Amino acid sequence: MHLEYTVIEGDFINAGSASSSIKKTLKQLNVNPSIVKRVVVALYEAEVNAIAHAYGGVVTADIDAGKILLRVIDKGPGIPDIDWAMQEGHSTASPEVRNMGFGAGMGLPNIKKNVDRLNVQSTVGVGTTVEMEVNLS
Amino acid sequence: MAFFHALQINENVCEGCSHCMRVCPTQAIRVRDGKAHINEDRCIDCGNCFIACPHKAVFVKQDDFEEIFKYACRVALVPAVFLGQFKDEISVSRIYSILNEIGFQHVIETEITTPIYTEAKNRLEREGNTKPLISSFCPAIVRLIQVKFPGLVDNIIPVKAPLDITAMYIRRKLVKDGWPEDQIGVFYVTPCAAKIAAVKSPVGEEKSSVDGVINMDSLYNRVYKKIKEQGHDYKEVKLPIAQLTSDSILTSLTNGERRLSVSEHSLSIDGMDNCIEFLEKVENEEIEDVDFLELRACDQSCPGGILTYNNRFLTCERMFNRARYVAGKERRGELTRADEVEAEREYLLNNIAVGPVEARSISLDPDISKALEKMNKIKELERQLPQIDCGICGAPSCDALAEDIVCRGCKLSDCIFIQRNMEARKDMKVEESLEIMETIWGDEKIKNFVKNK
Repeated sequence: MHLEYTVIEGDFINAGSASSSIKKTLKQLNVNPSIVKRVVVALYEAEVNAIAHAYGGVVTADIDAGKILLRVIDKGPGIPDIDWAMQEGHSTASPEVRNMGFGAGMGLPNIKKNVDRLNVQSTVGVGTTVEMEVNLS
Repeated sequence: MAFFHALQINENVCEGCSHCMRVCPTQAIRVRDGKAHINEDRCIDCGNCFIACPHKAVFVKQDDFEEIFKYACRVALVPAVFLGQFKDEISVSRIYSILNEIGFQHVIETEITTPIYTEAKNRLEREGNTKPLISSFCPAIVRLIQVKFPGLVDNIIPVKAPLDITAMYIRRKLVKDGWPEDQIGVFYVTPCAAKIAAVKSPVGEEKSSVDGVINMDSLYNRVYKKIKEQGHDYKEVKLPIAQLTSDSILTSLTNGERRLSVSEHSLSIDGMDNCIEFLEKVENEEIEDVDFLELRACDQSCPGGILTYNNRFLTCERMFNRARYVAGKERRGELTRADEVEAEREYLLNNIAVGPVEARSISLDPDISKALEKMNKIKELERQLPQIDCGICGAPSCDALAEDIVCRGCKLSDCIFIQRNMEARKDMKVEESLEIMETIWGDEKIKNFVKNK
């Protein structure tokens, strides 16, 4: 099954709408609640990242009996040093974003904790694709 | 697994008008053959259907009052909300005297063990491993979480509700007084349907300490009849009753638990829609820094229960007044303390825990590949349906019909829009579409309607 959602730059109010919809689907599929929780946490973080740092993008989800593959594809400044960004506390968020309670530098590390496979690809000046996979059983 | 449900539909009275179907928070109701049907796996006994029904076809099954006389030692377990049903000039001891007269040797208020309930809960809140912790007080909320938010069952505080703790207490006291266990009958006077379900099929325990349930509206009628018969000529028997603290009187109102919570950040929310809205956010991990949630299914909490007589706002006002009066006594040191309950504190605290709350998942199929297959079909059907949720198919929404087609043998042609299209394409005769409407809304309704025209 393939699902797709749009993420708009700076639209924190709707952050989490993709993860909320995917949560509903996974619940109907009888996926273990603790796995659903991990998917929701990881995707919510990635959604917020695209809203806070990039100029918006798309979220796609592909579900089969064994796994869910999530992609958050943004158009944005890109991440110059992915290894640096993967460490806790490292953030390039603006003071404005931090004031809203985001930008603590926990985004990518938190995603990594919750998914089974994570792949971040980024080109400076073009955008970032965060690919996350979670086993469903 | 079968669940006891207190809410039932009287098919002789049901007109199949679908008002109930539209307000059910778990989409448990469908109309077929001109009658509403409740899906027992989905029903959480919240009572929304009871309130919505214009024909009083939804009723709350209760134990026969005469059941109490099976027991030699009869206890009425009465929540403070019951006293809030009566006007101020009718005294507490007069109501107790009447309960005594109609058959209960013992009357005890449910909230008498609230301090013990609060202590057990606060201990767990201090440990605070899971956040936010959700109160187990409202059984409709516990059932809502089981059915609709299975990922949050571990957030529910695994502690008995005050009604069970008090039943456990009074039973122990009466056994100590010399009554044989099987001659003690504890009857709870319930303001709502969910508490009946909680007594008949408890969550997290084998058996409830309560033997039967009496609906608050029917007991109100019995007591009020006595009051009318007595007029000004009555005697009040002074019953040895322990007095509730002002805090305990307020427990069943909105904020009643929250104001006693040790958590730094706690919320109290009432009303089914409000609770669902917030639980969605909790489940999405959007809520941070909330330690404790008091959630109540009814507006204004228990005074808004479907089996209450008095207006819920007036009940709240009366209960506040009572609490204020008692608070004055507390300040002056005049309140008789519930020493007998205090003496059992340790015993009650040791027996207050319940087992884990289990999820009652309503997934499409236990097998994920089959569920996925069904979901693909459902998504496809959803695209074909008009998405205006008119309910003419006998299901509460287009999405619900799509699911019913895949999982419960309904047909796409149950949709009136699809029927019209099929008629236009000459794939269906008008008579055939009327026949479909008959299977949903009943032949009487359709035939009479056609004839009258």
